[in-house]
Amino acid sequence: MSIPVQLVQSPNMTDWLSFEPNRVQVMSGRVELGQGNMTALLQIAADELDVHIDQITIVGGDTRQTPNEGFTSGSLSITQSGMAIRWAASAARELFISTLTKKQQINRERVTVEAGFFYLDSKPTNQSYWTLLSEVDLNQKVEIFAKPKASANRKLTGVSVPRIDIAERIMGTPFVHDIVMPQMVYGRMVHPPCLGAKLKLFNDQSIKSINGVLGIWQDGEIFGLIAESTHIANLACERAHSKVEWSLPDQSPRDPVAAIRDSDEEVDLIHAAGDILSVSGNDFTHMVTRPYLSHGSIGPSAAVALFKDDRLEVWSHAQGPFPLRDALAMVLNMPATDIDVIHRPGAGCYGHNGADDVALDAALLAKAFPGRPVKVVWSRADEFRCAPLAPAMVTRLNVTLDQTNTIKKIDVLVNSAPHGNRPGRNGSPNLRAAAFLNPPLLPSRSNDIPLAGGGGADRNAIPLYDVPNVLVQKRIVHKLPYRTSSMRGLGAHLNVYAIETLMSKLAHQVNEDPFEFRLRHLSDARAKNVLQTLRAMISNLNISSDGEGVGTGIGFAKYKNTAAYCAIWVRAEVQERVRVTHALAALDGGEIINPDGAINQTEGGMLQSLSWTINEAIKFDGPVVATEGWLDYPILCFSDTPEINVQLVHQPDLPPLGCAEAAQGPMAAAIGNAVFDAIGVHVCNMPITHDALVDAALNES
Amino acid sequence: MSESKSVHFSINGENVHVSDENKSTSLLNFLRDSLGLNQTRFGCGAATCGACTVLCDGQAIKACDKTLADLNNTTIETPESLGSAQNPHPIMAKLIEHQAVQCGYCISGIAMQMKALIDQKKQLSKHSLDLVLDNHLCRCGTHIRIKRAMQDLLGIEA
Repeated sequence: MSIPVQLVQSPNMTDWLSFEPNRVQVMSGRVELGQGNMTALLQIAADELDVHIDQITIVGGDTRQTPNEGFTSGSLSITQSGMAIRWAASAARELFISTLTKKQQINRERVTVEAGFFYLDSKPTNQSYWTLLSEVDLNQKVEIFAKPKASANRKLTGVSVPRIDIAERIMGTPFVHDIVMPQMVYGRMVHPPCLGAKLKLFNDQSIKSINGVLGIWQDGEIFGLIAESTHIANLACERAHSKVEWSLPDQSPRDPVAAIRDSDEEVDLIHAAGDILSVSGNDFTHMVTRPYLSHGSIGPSAAVALFKDDRLEVWSHAQGPFPLRDALAMVLNMPATDIDVIHRPGAGCYGHNGADDVALDAALLAKAFPGRPVKVVWSRADEFRCAPLAPAMVTRLNVTLDQTNTIKKIDVLVNSAPHGNRPGRNGSPNLRAAAFLNPPLLPSRSNDIPLAGGGGADRNAIPLYDVPNVLVQKRIVHKLPYRTSSMRGLGAHLNVYAIETLMSKLAHQVNEDPFEFRLRHLSDARAKNVLQTLRAMISNLNISSDGEGVGTGIGFAKYKNTAAYCAIWVRAEVQERVRVTHALAALDGGEIINPDGAINQTEGGMLQSLSWTINEAIKFDGPVVATEGWLDYPILCFSDTPEINVQLVHQPDLPPLGCAEAAQGPMAAAIGNAVFDAIGVHVCNMPITHDALVDAALNES
Repeated sequence: MSESKSVHFSINGENVHVSDENKSTSLLNFLRDSLGLNQTRFGCGAATCGACTVLCDGQAIKACDKTLADLNNTTIETPESLGSAQNPHPIMAKLIEHQAVQCGYCISGIAMQMKALIDQKKQLSKHSLDLVLDNHLCRCGTHIRIKRAMQDLLGIEA
């Protein structure tokens, strides 16, 4: 068993645990984004420590007290933070027991722990973690003492413990938006409309004269204000927007997706096996596209900042409190040690959204008006226009089948705007307001994300299928003016759509069952198992998929080719638009800590992907995001949600793989394949709206 | 009502008087900033997402596009009226039972919409419940759990 990677940077038990009177506190550098990871981490710790769930608390993402675990991203909370906590908790348990056995001259085997109390030969003692605390030095390396339990001895993992944070989320005020502090003021930044915009004309008298505006700040091309209430701040910001004039950069592709498709920027080799040029047979080509998407959290980004006594405190729903702290330090020219970033929940987070940017907005205003906490809440239009977008992409495939209808060659080329422009990456803060300061701190050229980190545009571009000759390349398109970064699944959404719609297309072409065609090209036993599990689920479903305009389809992927296996089937009714009525998923995520949490995440991934795939596209007006509100950007509504059933493959002895992002690609592909099954047309351009159906039908004919 | 007069209404049973100069404030900003009733959430400011749903004389309304001037002599109920973690309203208890939350930002507005239905003793089909829920947006993909929880609450066969 190799040492969890997080223990390299945070090696000691005290990095992860502290013992309070009659309680244990766990610290994780990861943050709760609504995915239930804190509950699962707490289960892991409680299991190893043999304490009850209600004896333990957990704090996530706080630069004052938790380990630095970078960003909460990539479905890695359990695989990384969780395994570090498992080791740390087991190490603490063993260290305490060792202290007791030495003190009482007894054998380790005679001691057990229950609710934090020690039992000798199954009889209670008066000794506990807390009575021995003064005799134990937890500031020692985890790896010296760690002895995680065998899966058969775990009691709290693999159990659907209710989320620890739900009551507070639905009947409390946990969100950063809800923070109330003495002397708090309300800030708004008047955001330039796009990167490269220059302030042409603005007279601040128009907002200074508003009663309740407490201050105006300007630096370079950007300005902001503080006011005594949200109402006044919004009023002043709206008035400022109506008075200000900007000059915009002259970069405006008429069709951004076509510009990505036609780009001649440099191509990077991602993967090569065999020799694709040596293969001949029946060739098939396939090209699919996705537009720019919005994260679209229901609550716009928000933050609170307080600058006092040369220190900055920031309350933020960012994915990475430590990277945000470092990026803020870069912009504000302060030592990072003088900044604290404290995570507070925001509305759902699905990647690098506006949370970090609004934190800088609040920090700039707080520094300009020291001593008073500044709360900044973006408008809905800010959220669409200023937050990083999910990149548009174009994925092309060329495949060759031999005479036995076996795939002998796959040639994949992914063109994409860059993913992975997170704060602090590539040497720049990558915070929006920083790009408008004097001097500006411009976003650096993105390197996307290397395959070793799961890949960005190329995530899941390498087919998992057994194909002897493979070439995978990616072209990151930098020349478009739009600000993009990572959103849930990154390139996997489109790349799995590409590969899996091609697989079904080929199966149809050679008149073979789509399951059999896939199984014939797979040697990975777990991959085959999820497909077979899905097939069994379908056979148990009592629903007709006959009839005009009704179709079914499947999609499969092993997320990142290293994480969870997920196979999805959908039934869709296609008339003037696509309506998915039923969806089934089989998921092998390795060890599952909280089955209901894993199912909840998979359901959420399926529905979000359904929304992306059939509804969503950001609109542009030249270099500016033109989408301003929900009427411009319809997302999935309740009456369009299918019946869903998710089945987990039980693998308690295998490492956890993370599961929050496994479903997006397979769901999209299953929808595309169901549409083809329903109407006999391959829709290659997302979103699969009425217009896309008509275009695809016209092209096909 | 004369423009110069103050506005009177009640919020969760407490009488509220608003002076003339504050009448243009939205109900949402008034609840959150002036009264500290932060369980009504800001989502869009354009009455399109449902996060700020409250009850006005028993009807579900969006608090972001109502000014205080619109509310004279009305009765407002906010999510704070739906109990506490120790003593949750049946709507909230069902949401917890079904673990019908991911981020939870949209939930308080949905719960208020449900309270209007329950108070009005409306009989809904599965389909008509969906249409009522279409007043709300959820981004985490928790729709089916919310639907199941509310079907369970309202006795609608799944």
